Amino acid sequence: MLEQTAPLLSIKDLQSWYGESHILHGVNFEVREGEVVTLLGRNGAGKTTTMKSVMGIVGARTGSIKFAGTETIGMVPEKIARLGIAFCPEERGIFASLDVEENLLLPPQVQPGGLSLDRIFELFPNLKERLGSSQGTKLSGGEQQMLAIGRILRTGAKLLLLDEPTEGLAPVIIQQIGRTIRTLKERGFTILLVEQNFRFAATVADRHYVMENGKVVDQFNNSELDANVDKLHDYLGV
Amino acid sequence: MFELCLPAILGGKCIPSAALFGQLLIGLINGSFYALLSLGLAVIFGMLNIINFTHGAQYMLGAFTAYIILQKTGLGYWPALIIAPLIVGVLGIIIERTMLQWLYKLDHLYGLLLTFGVALIIEGIVRNEYGSAGLPYTLPDSLRGGQNLGFMFLPNYRAWVVGASLVVCFGTWFVIERTRLGAYLRAATENPTLVRAFGINVPRMITLTYGFGVALAAFAGVMAAPIYNVSPQMGAELIIVVFAVVVIGGMGSILGAILTGFGLGVIEGLTKVFFPEASNTVIFVIMAIVLLVRPAGLFGRRA
Repeated sequence: MLEQTAPLLSIKDLQSWYGESHILHGVNFEVREGEVVTLLGRNGAGKTTTMKSVMGIVGARTGSIKFAGTETIGMVPEKIARLGIAFCPEERGIFASLDVEENLLLPPQVQPGGLSLDRIFELFPNLKERLGSSQGTKLSGGEQQMLAIGRILRTGAKLLLLDEPTEGLAPVIIQQIGRTIRTLKERGFTILLVEQNFRFAATVADRHYVMENGKVVDQFNNSELDANVDKLHDYLGV
Repeated sequence: MFELCLPAILGGKCIPSAALFGQLLIGLINGSFYALLSLGLAVIFGMLNIINFTHGAQYMLGAFTAYIILQKTGLGYWPALIIAPLIVGVLGIIIERTMLQWLYKLDHLYGLLLTFGVALIIEGIVRNEYGSAGLPYTLPDSLRGGQNLGFMFLPNYRAWVVGASLVVCFGTWFVIERTRLGAYLRAATENPTLVRAFGINVPRMITLTYGFGVALAAFAGVMAAPIYNVSPQMGAELIIVVFAVVVIGGMGSILGAILTGFGLGVIEGLTKVFFPEASNTVIFVIMAIVLLVRPAGLFGRRA
């Protein structure tokens, strides 16, 4: 079934640099509409850089990144975002000079059909209670992560890039984030997820790509994960 | 009329109330200009990370542009008050697009040197055209005269300057701290890359912010034109004090820039009453003390 849908995001021979450092050396993969796909790999494998390359916020990049058929490799970040891609960074990017509500309402609507605030509060009831809080950065780590995900759901973006959304969070919060990702998939969002924790990835994703030294070196369907656990342990060095 | 006396320990000097309130008013007027100028500097520094040394020249350019509008076109004071800041603001945008935008990734020093050089060039051109003698600037009839408040005489124009400056300063503060546009500005000051990744055109916001900060300086210049002489060096004289104000308030703090601007104007005015000898240096003494006690400034946030 999935094989027949056109890729929403298609990356070919992507190379990226930060200043003089050459980080990505020819990344190839694709994400089809409605899929949840993870990028697995060790620290420094190039997962985050791949996401930032999609958003256009690395130093320089070459190759091809097509979103819904549109080539974005030469576009500035604000234009890429307007196509309907939203990014939730690893460090969460909550703004200290904005209160919780301002943080939530900051990203502008880029496409029609974003979730309403009520729907977002259904997913993250804690956020509603914290609306009156003064500073976004005074929230707990889990609440900050919910705020970081919640705010990009309003924008109408169809492709969500979530960079390690479970990092440093308590198990109960990780479960909540996992439920949220599954709900978002049901709502028709396409999600690219960066993870170090493949146990968590297995609970939400359709497919996995493994990255090493700035390249995609392997891929599995989620159903094949169990058969490849030893190989994955090798790749991730756990 | 009554007299106010200092405690004996401070010399026991007695001052007639008219002199006290007169200097207080002059302090508020100076404070209005300090606040408008340091506010512009703070807004620019927040977004561009550039210490805009051209600010004094742009203040002067505002006064001269208004003077030229009055002389050449016959438009009145009120149109000139709006048009001159717009013209100088557009000149600022041209400077940002052609020069400043290449410096954001470099050390502060480069922006400081470039804007200082641009200030010297602007002042040189104006001096060459108009000479260094001050030019008179006429007031509109509606702002002539004054009110006798009983304890002092309040010239209408000075009341207008303080009032307009308060409105513009707190209007700017409101927009930055309390509106959606201001949230974009604050967020872009913190993390411009992420704000761009949300689909907001940050480079254009930076350009417009510089234009706005420069227009604020020019607005202050037009307001100052009838009070001080319109001369090429009017900005250079003021800007040194304004930088001291900015250092005291803390770089990049909007409310801090406004409050310290007015506060230091008043302190300077009061010093003129009680210790006239110290009135030119009091701001720098305060700056030195603040730098010793709070290096980030009274309202500054340590990064």
